[in-house]
Amino acid sequence: MVRFENVGMRYGMGPEVLHDVTFEVQPGEFRYLVGPSGAGKTSLLRLMYLAHRPSRGLISMFGADVIAAGRQQLMDLRRGIGVVFQDYRLLAHLSALDNVALPLRVAGAKEAQVQEHVSELLAWVGLADHIHALPESLSGGQKQRVAIARAVITRPRLLLADEPTGNLDESLGQRLIRLFEELNRIGTTVIIATHNNSMVARNPHPVMTLVSGELRLDEPIGKAS
Amino acid sequence: MARRVPAVVPLGRDAPSRFLPWVFALMVYLAVLALAGVLILHSAVERWQRGEVDTLTVQLMPLEDASEDARIAKLRELLGAMEGVTGIRVVAQSETIDLIEHWLGEGNVPSDLPLPRLVDVNIAPGYGLDAESLALRLRASLPGVTVDDAKLWLDRLADIGRSLEYLAIAVVILIGLAAVATVIFTTRMGISIHRNVIELLHLIGARDGYVAAQFQRQAMMLGLRGGVLGIVFAVATLYGLRQVAGRLETPLAPDIPIANWAWVLLAAVPVATALIAMVTARLTALKELAKMP
Repeated sequence: MVRFENVGMRYGMGPEVLHDVTFEVQPGEFRYLVGPSGAGKTSLLRLMYLAHRPSRGLISMFGADVIAAGRQQLMDLRRGIGVVFQDYRLLAHLSALDNVALPLRVAGAKEAQVQEHVSELLAWVGLADHIHALPESLSGGQKQRVAIARAVITRPRLLLADEPTGNLDESLGQRLIRLFEELNRIGTTVIIATHNNSMVARNPHPVMTLVSGELRLDEPIGKAS
Repeated sequence: MARRVPAVVPLGRDAPSRFLPWVFALMVYLAVLALAGVLILHSAVERWQRGEVDTLTVQLMPLEDASEDARIAKLRELLGAMEGVTGIRVVAQSETIDLIEHWLGEGNVPSDLPLPRLVDVNIAPGYGLDAESLALRLRASLPGVTVDDAKLWLDRLADIGRSLEYLAIAVVILIGLAAVATVIFTTRMGISIHRNVIELLHLIGARDGYVAAQFQRQAMMLGLRGGVLGIVFAVATLYGLRQVAGRLETPLAPDIPIANWAWVLLAAVPVATALIAMVTARLTALKELAKMP
């Protein structure tokens, strides 16, 4: 599903922020990516959601060599990846419904299906009353739920989330982890970057730890899964 | 009723979207006027060229000791015997006075002014009859005859008309190029302004064609909106010119003979503008998007 071999990454001519990262994630796995701020979690996620090319090493996504892939192939690969961005990246001029509908519309889904699926999902994340609200009128937690709904609306093969529960209260955070686990049970591979150790302990799964741009594969935090 | 899907890239809120319809309106206005000029000049040049080949004017200068009627009868006889002459019309003296009054003013032609008698002669092509040969043949039997050689100045007039026609075509082409340049500039600006939105669209799997479609749709709508505005003003201007030209009563001045098919051609200008804008926006967007990661 995801394979990194000796991957290094830098922004422009800057210093290397990831060094010799090597790991493999099998289909159907659920993993956490943890580490202190500035360790390189977001950079690693950027490589995984194909927003950035590595400066060295090999990356394979869904069996395809990312380094050799052309633009069109990258676009196709991206359709199999759902991303929850740390800063949500909601489009300010679109309602919650239209933000969540974006991946479906981009994929050419019929409008009737779009409306139905998006409304159901927004109801599930507790935003049934905010379907037509613009992001500026939503709280941080509500924006985060819209971002999560947008990431999972197409049932991606790989779901990447950057601090997805950062602005949510504990019960809602727990509920969203249950959603991720549910998606994982029906086949979606999930990788969540977080520094919420209590959440990791409550919902144990294999953990990858990044420290100063170097990756360590650890046992689950807390009780064994 | 189905809910309207909003534009994914909010191009309608940009400054270019506010000024572009006015730019298109001005371009379409100028292009329609230039194109109308081409059509009018084309028809005028054709008319002048037709006139130069089939009509000559014979002038019988007044002679003191000769009867005018007898000379006209002789002229009719000579012309009637010539091969290639298809029609003769003796211009009434009152018509000649009318022509001179254009220059001297109404009622200012002195009654004792010696005026030539004019005879319009229609000739068929292919008989070698021109002003010079006709004058030579007539003078042998009828002194005081000159033949007005309209060919020379009609040729010059047609040349000027044709040059203006080419100039008007060049103006239409330049306006088209300016429209293309404007769309290229605004599309690039739009991509630069909305780079974050486009990056997000790419990250969720949008292909370049999907993103480019946002720009091409917007450019087409702005082109159409501006085009309709421009043609409304242009048609109003042409109508005004037609009214003014109608009052001139100058036989050589072109009227505004815009045929029905030509009106359709002029009406197609806004549609063509919208299509040019759409295609240019798409090609520009695809080229710019290909540079993005």
